[in-house]
Amino acid sequence: MKYDVIIVGAGIAGLTAAIYVRRAEKSVLVLEGKVPGGQIINTLTIENWPGDMGVSGAELMQKIQKQATELGAEIEMEEVMEITKLNEGFKVITEDGEYTAGAVILAVGAEDKKLDLAREDELVGRGVSYCATCDGAFYKDKNVAVIGGGNTALYDALYLADIAAKVYVVHRRGEFRGDARLVEKLQHKNNVEFVLGYVPEELVGDKNVSGVKLKASGMVDEAEDERVLDIDGVFVAVGKKPQTERFMGLVELDDNGYVIASENCETSCYGIYAAGDCRTKTVRQLVTAAGDGAVATAGALDFLANKKK
Amino acid sequence: MEILDFYADWCGPCQMMKPTMEEFEKAHPEIQVTAVNIDEQEELAEKYEVSSIPCIVVLKDGEEVRRAVGVQSLKKLEKLVA
Repeated sequence: MKYDVIIVGAGIAGLTAAIYVRRAEKSVLVLEGKVPGGQIINTLTIENWPGDMGVSGAELMQKIQKQATELGAEIEMEEVMEITKLNEGFKVITEDGEYTAGAVILAVGAEDKKLDLAREDELVGRGVSYCATCDGAFYKDKNVAVIGGGNTALYDALYLADIAAKVYVVHRRGEFRGDARLVEKLQHKNNVEFVLGYVPEELVGDKNVSGVKLKASGMVDEAEDERVLDIDGVFVAVGKKPQTERFMGLVELDDNGYVIASENCETSCYGIYAAGDCRTKTVRQLVTAAGDGAVATAGALDFLANKKK
Repeated sequence: MEILDFYADWCGPCQMMKPTMEEFEKAHPEIQVTAVNIDEQEELAEKYEVSSIPCIVVLKDGEEVRRAVGVQSLKKLEKLVA
């Protein structure tokens, strides 16, 4: 199948782009390998999306998805494996098939970084979680550990402190990277303990997580060589990484894996545009991702028009 | 074959998966799909040791044969019951 534009990723950047492509009466296919809606669907209340105060991420994304499909965008749940440049346009290879596109918009977003521990994948949903607001409720009156030192980790710990019996916050440094205000709030919780100067080494537990073995990071003098926390859940909040590995040969990436693109969303490959969290930018928000969707589409439409001349 | 679909009202990914689940049910009237709200049916969630949702548990003759955690596409659901 041939489309004017193929968009990789059905988060807010990708779906906004799809709306703009359809408004220009061009054909568009959105390919999504994981969850439609992107990262925002795990947010229960959004207060910085104009015009819909307090909307949940899932509700907002369902509305946007409906809007895109009603305008004629096609959405397929297929993971994109590879994109190659043709003489004219691009070939997009998915887990199930092949498509061609005049122009491509990469809106692949970012995903949670893993701890890279043995059996981590196997224990997801059995004690390992990357989303406190999603899975926190399962740990009522249980003991949990949050791994990480940024704002996400601190917010997760605060959220979990109201549910779990005990919350350990494990961070490799002696100080948190996140806001001091959040650290202070955590200090006032009597069921929160900071475990500083450690990194997780092993997930303990057979069928379900029953503990986590930590080793000293070497960054805090007082830390012992090893420590074991008896816990039922590990919440991983060690940052995000863009899902761009597959496109390494196609477009230039920066050292952290973000697609190098400026505010015009143009990448190093003519005809490929990058929108949303996957590109190099300073502010990664819903509105900036939506903005990128419009800008990337304008670029792609311009590319298609010039090519035909 | 039977499917238990563990979800909660506050779970965004579960909401995003709803239309897919509906499509699946239409395509497979022979498979009984039971939506389990984990807040209302805690004991069932505990029995199946569900600690992350959405979670699809496939039962055959009452025994668990497969399970999938996270949002599933229609194709992936088809594979689960194939």
